[in-house]
Amino acid sequence: MLELKNISKTFNPNTINAKTALDNLSLTLNDGDFVTVIGGNGAGKSTMLNAISGTFYVDSGSILIDGQDVTKLPEYKRASYLGRVFQDPMMGTAPNMQIDENLAIAARRGASRGLKWGISKAEKKQYRKLLEHLELGLEDRMSSKVGLLSGGQRQALTLLMATLKKPKLLLLDEHTAALDPGTAMKVLKISDQIIQENHLTTLMITHNMKDAIAHGNRLIMMDEGHIVLDISGEEKKALTVSDLLAKFSAASGKEEASDKLLLS
Amino acid sequence: MFFTSLFNALPGAVTQGIIWGIMAIGVYITFRILDVADLTVDGSLATGGAVCVMLMRSGVNPWVALLCSLGAGMLAGLVTGLFHTQCGIPAILSGILTQLALYSINLRIMDSKANQPIGVDKYDLLVSQRYVRELNLDNPLPLMLVITVAVIFLLYWFFGTELGCSLRATGANQHMARAQGINTKFNIVLGLMLSNGLVAVSGALLAQYQGSVDINMGRGAIVIGLAAVIIGEVLFGKIFRNFALSLLAVSIGAIIYYIVLQIVLQLGLNTNDLKLLTALIVALFLALPYWQGEVMRKLKRNPATVKGGKENA
Repeated sequence: MLELKNISKTFNPNTINAKTALDNLSLTLNDGDFVTVIGGNGAGKSTMLNAISGTFYVDSGSILIDGQDVTKLPEYKRASYLGRVFQDPMMGTAPNMQIDENLAIAARRGASRGLKWGISKAEKKQYRKLLEHLELGLEDRMSSKVGLLSGGQRQALTLLMATLKKPKLLLLDEHTAALDPGTAMKVLKISDQIIQENHLTTLMITHNMKDAIAHGNRLIMMDEGHIVLDISGEEKKALTVSDLLAKFSAASGKEEASDKLLLS
Repeated sequence: MFFTSLFNALPGAVTQGIIWGIMAIGVYITFRILDVADLTVDGSLATGGAVCVMLMRSGVNPWVALLCSLGAGMLAGLVTGLFHTQCGIPAILSGILTQLALYSINLRIMDSKANQPIGVDKYDLLVSQRYVRELNLDNPLPLMLVITVAVIFLLYWFFGTELGCSLRATGANQHMARAQGINTKFNIVLGLMLSNGLVAVSGALLAQYQGSVDINMGRGAIVIGLAAVIIGEVLFGKIFRNFALSLLAVSIGAIIYYIVLQIVLQLGLNTNDLKLLTALIVALFLALPYWQGEVMRKLKRNPATVKGGKENA
């Protein structure tokens, strides 16, 4: 479903601030894979997701989604393959537009936008049902401005928007990191539910090792711009946090690995 | 005496306000919907007037001339949009560059003269100052009302369409827009074209109303447009929630601006000080929400102040 072939990216090249964020990284996701991504700060997790979504172009290597080479496609064109939820709850929605208007915009991801009316009555009914499903009471506030919602409500809405039109690949970039623990759990539960129901191929970055172990069928760990650990299947199911820390030390050859990971 | 002369000046102030209101609606599109401060308008207003007057002087039908003004304004918006999205120049600077370039272009359109008259006796003007107090169909007010309502209706329709919604999303949050597959660069250019098209139409009508086009007629136009937008929001923001009504509020804002202007002029204000006064008023109203936010933040940070404040009160 997703193929990253030897992608590299250096920010501020040829300056004193040069930073190699992705270093010859390769990764292949199979259809239906739900992969959790962990790693310390600056390991390149978000950079990898941004490279896939086209926020910037990679220096070398290629990116294939569903067999299509998207390496040179601009961000807005890649969007037709991707559903994205960001760490910042402000980033995924248009605050001064209504809840149903936001959903209607998401429903047209990848389609050409013409002079037809922006939202139909049938759509509103459909959105109402989907919002009921979230159990956040949003179905009765469809004409409220999204700016009035809490962070958790916005993330849940963004999740719905990212999956309203089934994406080839769902990218979750620490989408619960800015929420309080209770809300984070709820949003994670909703994520699991949506991913399972729609059988979505997913990449989820998390800073919480327990979450990384508890969710998905595959786990990858990143360090210094490449993947140092890739665990799936039965091995992943049996994983514990201390296992992970030990494996990380072994893979990266760093003693202080545990501190770095736990603190980030 | 004061009231009689004010009453006599009122129809002129209202009509001028409505004409500027179309320009202010154009400013609303960039400033409020697209979240871009576009300074092209200072040039494109005069471009609209110049194109319309010169075409009519060479015998073109006034409605056709008006349409050509619309096209010329949209072209100006296109240039600013390309400067910004294709050359990476900040939006404000892009507008300033186009505005400066338009000064030369406007002079060329106007046959290298700073002023070109269009007499109401010789030409079939759509709107003219001369008939502003007459109670017949020559009065510019009814036609201006029709044009304003048509503009509001068309924009209400457009911003409700899929394309219009994507334009609103672009102004609200570019990250979200691109993640949802919206070509934000295209939309920014489109919004700038739409805005400057309206501004040029306003300029064309203004030139006819005044009976001439002047190379400097657009100087400070952006500030008048902003004043109208802000007055409309302050007075009607709480009651007018609907999009069409917020556009109407902008138009009414422009009318109120010209009525207030008339009053302070009658009270003896020196005409030369007008721009200073307008700039200060707009600065004040732009600053108010910021100050409000600062005060709220301080109160939140230090709850004791709130308590003390209540006790003192």
